[in-house]
Amino acid sequence: MSEETEKDAPKKPAGRRKFELDPRLASYKGVWVFVEHERGVAHTVSWELMGEGRKLADKLGVPLAGVVMGAPGIQTRRFCEEAFHYGADLCYLMEDPLMADYRNQPFTKGLTDLVNAYQPEILLLGATTLGRDLAGSVATTLQTGLTADCTELNIDMENRSLAATRPTFGGSLLCTIVTLNYRPQMATVRPRVMSLPKPDMTRTGSIVEHALGMTESEIVTKVLEYIPDNLQGKPQLPFADIIVAGGRGMKRPENFQLIWDLAKVLGAEVGATRPIVQAGWVELDRQVGQSGKTVRPKLYIAAGISGAIQHRVGMDASDVIIAINSDPNAPIFDFATYGIVGNAMTILPALTEAFRQQLATLKVAV
Amino acid sequence: MHIVVCIKQVPDSAQIRVHPVTNTIMRQGVPAIVNPYDLFSLEEALRLKDEYGGRVTVLSMGPPQAEAALRKAISFGADDAILVTDRAFAGSDTLATSFALASAIQKIHEDMPVDIVFAGKQTIDGDTAQVGPGIAKRMDLQLLTYVSSITDLDLENREITLHRRAEGGVQVLKTSLPCLITMLEGTNEMRFATLPNMFRAARYPLKQWDKDAAGITDVSKIGLKGSPTIVSKVFAPQPKTIPAEIIDCESKQPKDLAVTLLAKMFTKFPNLHEDIAKANA
Ligand SMILES: Cc1cc2nc3c(=O)[nH]c(=O)nc-3n(C[C@H](O)[C@H](O)[C@H](O)COP(=O)(O)OP(=O)(O)OC[C@H]3O[C@@H](n4cnc5c(N)ncnc54)[C@H](O)[C@@H]3O)c2cc1C
Ligand SMILES: Cc1cc2nc3c(=O)[nH]c(=O)nc-3n(C[C@H](O)[C@H](O)[C@H](O)COP(=O)(O)OP(=O)(O)OC[C@H]3O[C@@H](n4cnc5c(N)ncnc54)[C@H](O)[C@@H]3O)c2cc1C
Repeated sequence: MSEETEKDAPKKPAGRRKFELDPRLASYKGVWVFVEHERGVAHTVSWELMGEGRKLADKLGVPLAGVVMGAPGIQTRRFCEEAFHYGADLCYLMEDPLMADYRNQPFTKGLTDLVNAYQPEILLLGATTLGRDLAGSVATTLQTGLTADCTELNIDMENRSLAATRPTFGGSLLCTIVTLNYRPQMATVRPRVMSLPKPDMTRTGSIVEHALGMTESEIVTKVLEYIPDNLQGKPQLPFADIIVAGGRGMKRPENFQLIWDLAKVLGAEVGATRPIVQAGWVELDRQVGQSGKTVRPKLYIAAGISGAIQHRVGMDASDVIIAINSDPNAPIFDFATYGIVGNAMTILPALTEAFRQQLATLKVAV
Repeated sequence: MHIVVCIKQVPDSAQIRVHPVTNTIMRQGVPAIVNPYDLFSLEEALRLKDEYGGRVTVLSMGPPQAEAALRKAISFGADDAILVTDRAFAGSDTLATSFALASAIQKIHEDMPVDIVFAGKQTIDGDTAQVGPGIAKRMDLQLLTYVSSITDLDLENREITLHRRAEGGVQVLKTSLPCLITMLEGTNEMRFATLPNMFRAARYPLKQWDKDAAGITDVSKIGLKGSPTIVSKVFAPQPKTIPAEIIDCESKQPKDLAVTLLAKMFTKFPNLHEDIAKANA
């Protein structure tokens, strides 16, 4: 897949080839999800992956396990309970004071040792700053394949291998990648790409404990300080329930105020397409799409947005999409729930007013 | 101090088009550029050199044309450039790529010990962010990804202090050289090429290494053979074609369109009422 062969992509398909797994790898069984947490909170991507891992494990007829590593204590153990609620059958737990903060060296050793000891066939991690740092290190140490930023995970039942699909070239194409004769098959998935399963508070499971076996003197990197982000006023698009987004069809920065007005009435976050971010009308954290945020709101209102594939991949998991576009043939009408063909500059204020009235009657009713 | 910066030549993705029938990438006429993320790492390396002295070597693996990316780096102020190029590398995934690059860096190190390796956060074509961690593990370098600033470098004690982006905050880390750093985008701005450096770049006798020169003897670790991942299928996204319900009404007035839309929507999705009320709370 280097520069030299990707030219001729799609190249020889490997899927149809008769395949036999190296017998030494047959002992690798089970699906694992690495449970990422920071400052006492688990990253939701871990539970999104748990939901996905559950499906893979059921297809294969194998157990689903969570991997929890952290400082000793009830807080770390609580992540095991949470993992069970989200679908894990068992958890591999590694507790050590050296793992209080994320550092590459102890976490790489910890996860690598667990894999070597208990041999999973599939290992999934979130494509976060932590997950990518760790996944790349562990895959190299184990000398196995790692597929990045997958949007779909499946099992090829013909040879029980993980078929991991990811966008390429900015989302214009998808490719499915398999790791045939190496175990575990590793993949990372971005936050919000998979849906969050409903936790089942009655589920429990078993815990397998394993020691890290390292001393602080072996760890070269020291954490001097941790400066938490000041989230006040920072857009939180990935977790917003309602998003109002604008594109180039808004024409001028002043018109973008209409987007903000509607968002204010709805208590929504404001999103935008890449050209809008590049023009500096809104900050980078508001870009939705392939090179921005993936969102899954209950309602997404898109005004003056054409619906290019790079934008679409970041938002088409929204429950309801309203598109406002002056061009009846705009691609966004191919996948929106509702469409209004017209000028966003007049439709948006009307929509803002209609929602305002609707909400007022709601409040009276309550 | 000796710094190696890994740079990859990539097609300018803004100009990539996909053939509508064959689903292949149409590269004709698409300009090749230095992977934009690598420039933040190159600039940081040049700043360290400005402050502490030393040499910056740029390294790339790719087809012979990739030398253009390396010359570009020289025009910005890099001292040396090496292109690792060999048909045997074709089909390399990130595991094989990190093996080849690590072997080449080891070779460079034998000539002149390397203190810091820089890589980009990720590329804009493969976009895996896996090669940096891969090189670090293979060479047993301290891995420092998503670095936003280097606050201190103590060459005497061979220690470096820096800020690393974590999910919910910033880690201030102190570690020892040698290390591998990937810089976060937007953390610095690439300098302009100077005229003398541009001349130097044009005339620079670029080193081309084949696999032997890069110290690679085990060919089972490079190219398709050394790549655990296999692309089994490339296809165009199958857009779900459930077209939108287009809202219409007799008057065609924005106000009436809006009211019609809300009436339809709240009838079909009654839960939205509650969701909006919740978002408003
Ligand atoms: C590698 C790569 C990554 C990318 N990543 C992203 C990404 O993360 N996010 C992203 O959004 N894009 C991304 N893009 C860009 C993407 O391809 C599109 O160019 C972009 O999404 C288009 O933005 P737009 O819809 O605002 O503009 P346009 O495509 O120009 O659409 C404007 C729309 O507004 C409509 N319009 C015009 N006037 C009016 C009016 N008065 N009222 C209503 N409608 C009107 C037009 O009919 C048109 O449909 C990426 C591209 C590449 C190559
Ligand atoms: C569409 C597509 C999808 C792919 N998916 C996967 C996948 O999921 N898993 C996988 O293992 N491989 C994958 N590959 C193969 C992978 O892209 C190549 O191995 C490539 O050589 C390096 O990976 P990258 O571009 O993702 O680099 P990244 O890991 O994103 O690059 C990080 C940094 O490493 C350095 N670097 C990377 N490549 C070079 C180079 N050739 N020369 C110098 N420095 C370099 C640069 O500093 C760069 O900024 C894919 C390739 C394509 C085209």
